[in-house]
Amino acid sequence: MTCEELLKALNDHVDGAELSEICEEFATHLAGCNPCQVVVDNIRQTISLYRAGQPYTMPAAFQDRLQQSLKWRWEKKFGKVGMEPNSGLPGKDI
Amino acid sequence: MESQLINEPTELELLRQARSGDFAAFQQLIDNLQPRVYGLAMRILRQPQDAEDVTQLTFVALIEHLGEFRGDSSIATWVLKIASNNALKVLRKQRGSKVVSFSEMSTADNYSDVPRPEFIAPWSRPADEIAQQAEVQHEIEVALSALDDKYRLVFILRDIEGLSVRETAEIMELSESTVKVRLLRARLALRERLTWKFGDALQAMTPNPNHS
Repeated sequence: MTCEELLKALNDHVDGAELSEICEEFATHLAGCNPCQVVVDNIRQTISLYRAGQPYTMPAAFQDRLQQSLKWRWEKKFGKVGMEPNSGLPGKDI
Repeated sequence: MESQLINEPTELELLRQARSGDFAAFQQLIDNLQPRVYGLAMRILRQPQDAEDVTQLTFVALIEHLGEFRGDSSIATWVLKIASNNALKVLRKQRGSKVVSFSEMSTADNYSDVPRPEFIAPWSRPADEIAQQAEVQHEIEVALSALDDKYRLVFILRDIEGLSVRETAEIMELSESTVKVRLLRARLALRERLTWKFGDALQAMTPNPNHS
């Protein structure tokens, strides 16, 4: 396996694919090629970095609106919240 | 404390209660999913108003289709698929006919000319430590935004949200092999950019010409 072939097989390796003949070749190449080891590690670190954080916070005002909207939908489907489900009572119309 | 944890209703119990009309159970079921769906929509659409619309549409759809969940994935995966589809609909509408469809094949969808790594260096610190720096979140989102849509979207769905290649392919209306090629290109592009930022230049190395 060459460095270029290793690049093509990279996804399955990073995704933890089951060991196969390709993976054995991959491992053999990796064991003797420091730059490829670093590239594979860089990619794992890149994915970890994106998974580590939640950069967007839901605005509080939207959270309130969403809650109201979902409650209204719920009541249209199931009846008034806090009452016996499916009681047949009409939901609250906003 | 331990008994409290044991008594926590499972996801499926909450779903069963919600299906019978228990709004509190529904709220508990979606509590952690709301910020995740909003974050996914922000990453795809990059506009708070659009992300809010997608988040609302997603959970309204969840109420309407609660009875259709088959249990062949986690509820989180199911909700993320609904949210992704909603966000992509908005993105397609915004892009109109000015750009190619996300599903359109191109010469870039094969392995023939995958760009080779240029700057190769181990990162100076582990990713979880780097992630603690306040400015890093902004920097990595800028790097993600710089990617072409077709690479950005597969990276968001597969690598950030953890959907499978098959699920990503279904949502994007692509073959699994195309998803894999686009994912590789996305990963390599982000690796290159972030390694210039976080790599230890003193340990930089060049590919071994005799090995490749």
